[in-house]
Amino acid sequence: MRNSAMRPRAPPLSPFRPDAWHHNSEVWVSWDYVGYYIGWLFGEIRTFLLVANTPGQKIVLAIVVIALFVGVMALLLWLVDRPRNPRGWLVASVFAGPALLLIGFGLVYPALRTTYSSFYDRTSANFVGWDNYVRAFSESEFQIVLRNTALWVFIVPIVATAIGLVYAVLVDRTRFEKFAKTLVFMPMAISMVGASIIWKFVYDHRQASSPQTGLINQVLVWIGLEPQQFLLMQPWNNLFLIAVMIWIQTGFAMTILSASIRAIPDDIIEAARLDGLSGVSMFRYITVPSIRPALIVVVTTIAMATLKVFDIVRTMTAGNFGTSVVANEFYTQSFRYNDKGLGATLAVILFVLVIPLVIYNVRQMRKVEEIR
Amino acid sequence: MTTSTPPVSATPVRADVSSRAHKLRKQLSNPWASLAAIVIALLWTIPTIGLLITSFRPEADIRRNGWWNVFGDPNFTLANYEQAMFGSQTSLATYFVNTLVITLPAVVIPISIALLAAYAFAWIDFRGRDFLFVAVFALQIVPIQVTLIPLLSQYNVWGLSGSFWPVWLSHSMFALPLAIFLLHNFMKDVPPSLIEAARVDGAGHVKIFFRVLLPLLVPAIASFAIFQFLWVWNDLLVALTFAGGRPNVAPLTVRIAEMVGTRGSDWFLLSAGAFISMIVPVIVFLGLQRYFVRGLLAGSVKG
Repeated sequence: MRNSAMRPRAPPLSPFRPDAWHHNSEVWVSWDYVGYYIGWLFGEIRTFLLVANTPGQKIVLAIVVIALFVGVMALLLWLVDRPRNPRGWLVASVFAGPALLLIGFGLVYPALRTTYSSFYDRTSANFVGWDNYVRAFSESEFQIVLRNTALWVFIVPIVATAIGLVYAVLVDRTRFEKFAKTLVFMPMAISMVGASIIWKFVYDHRQASSPQTGLINQVLVWIGLEPQQFLLMQPWNNLFLIAVMIWIQTGFAMTILSASIRAIPDDIIEAARLDGLSGVSMFRYITVPSIRPALIVVVTTIAMATLKVFDIVRTMTAGNFGTSVVANEFYTQSFRYNDKGLGATLAVILFVLVIPLVIYNVRQMRKVEEIR
Repeated sequence: MTTSTPPVSATPVRADVSSRAHKLRKQLSNPWASLAAIVIALLWTIPTIGLLITSFRPEADIRRNGWWNVFGDPNFTLANYEQAMFGSQTSLATYFVNTLVITLPAVVIPISIALLAAYAFAWIDFRGRDFLFVAVFALQIVPIQVTLIPLLSQYNVWGLSGSFWPVWLSHSMFALPLAIFLLHNFMKDVPPSLIEAARVDGAGHVKIFFRVLLPLLVPAIASFAIFQFLWVWNDLLVALTFAGGRPNVAPLTVRIAEMVGTRGSDWFLLSAGAFISMIVPVIVFLGLQRYFVRGLLAGSVKG
């Protein structure tokens, strides 16, 4: 399976070629050879684990890695279970240790490291204090980025939750409930890249003289208006990108809210009906107040997801035409302009913006739990 | 949390049926409500259907006019898919394999590790347990953007760049806090008397974990596995950072996002490519929707 370039170079004297032994027959058993072959073996394993070129090799690699991983974990568990009364800390560290190590290496250390880098210049060589933060908040280019992020975080959660709630109430206990919900839920299963392509096609623009291929422009032409370049109209283009995120997140809101609507006790609804409530007033005075905590959880959860949105902006406009947001600008600064300091600063700003949302969200979750 | 099946058996409770029928009639008799529901449903499906139809139209037709013309002039082909999958300029088949190879270990590894850790936090007594659990819970808020650059340079130091390992490791690490938190909640729901009984019978932690807890947790594991599967399969940021620009390891999302930039007006390729990347998650999602919804409810409302 390995190609010839990966075969070991012939050792100085091969044990498998007896015809060569007579030159200096004592040498071939020396430790040099053992070391050489161990080294070769490790090299070969390393190459196998790191290099996979054909589809077959890749799939074999994935299966081997899973098997290897499961094997190592099983071995550890078996070892810790051998003694009659294994020590508590030993058991605990085998169970929780791998997770804590990975979290420490993959989340805690990088977060500290990035915070540190945000006070250094673009190559992480010189300390610059708060300069990066001052730039991120004062330069007009970045002020647009912050304005756009604020737009996203305000509009997406509110609109997605509102549409999700209305839709959940409308289709609740109808014959097509399941099918209707699946339709709105489906965008959650596809990638944001896929969703962006779907919507980019809806916004597609052609010269007014030729037939339109984008649905919205065709509708504009049908009702007698000029076709528009939706992704270039500043600052309105932000709203057209935001629509994509709303389209994705509404299904989430609908699912959660639908479950909590079902959890409203029947006697409350019955009592309200006896009092003469129905339709809109039932929605306004019974449904919404009953699911208030769930509503807040949905709004904050969507807000957190929206704050970190990157794929949509990256795919639809790459942050051009005044549409960049913090998460996209982080990527651009870090990887396109190689400005490590500013990139780190934007990541830290993202982090700081998320914290209050998380705290609020956790508090509301507790309340929802208490009500149950 | 299972969705209640409508009463279709012989003698359902009368009041229930009449109130349901009453409700049904009322909602359907309100034309505005029905209209609103239909408009929302159409807005949520037409964009996808438009691109789906486009992906089956001949290239020349796609360039000539919009997909709605297909109803007057039906003309379909699979050529776009063939070219997107195997054409030398796109060769999405390669990237499809990459996505698959990235996704499988990136689902199995974090779930296994998280299961063990969740067990430790739920049922093993050790010093600092509560503190560590709260810390793991709190780390859910770290946005992955904060971690990318330090991780990237660390992987370079270890000589892992260019392989699948950075992507596998990163996805595993990022998934852990939520996975541990969710699975811990499910484990805590298991009655302590079951664990006690096994302990009295002389079972150690390893035996209790495999014999008592694991069988009870299958639905919870399925919920999280679907989440993680969809997240990894659909991810762009992690893949772009750790596998971007390397055709040997880059997944579909990276390649398709790149095609939007370089071949933005070749809708015959983009439409087919988009659906090649969507087909697997959509099938998984439709097949296992019940588990997905359960996981969603456990993660965001139950807490």
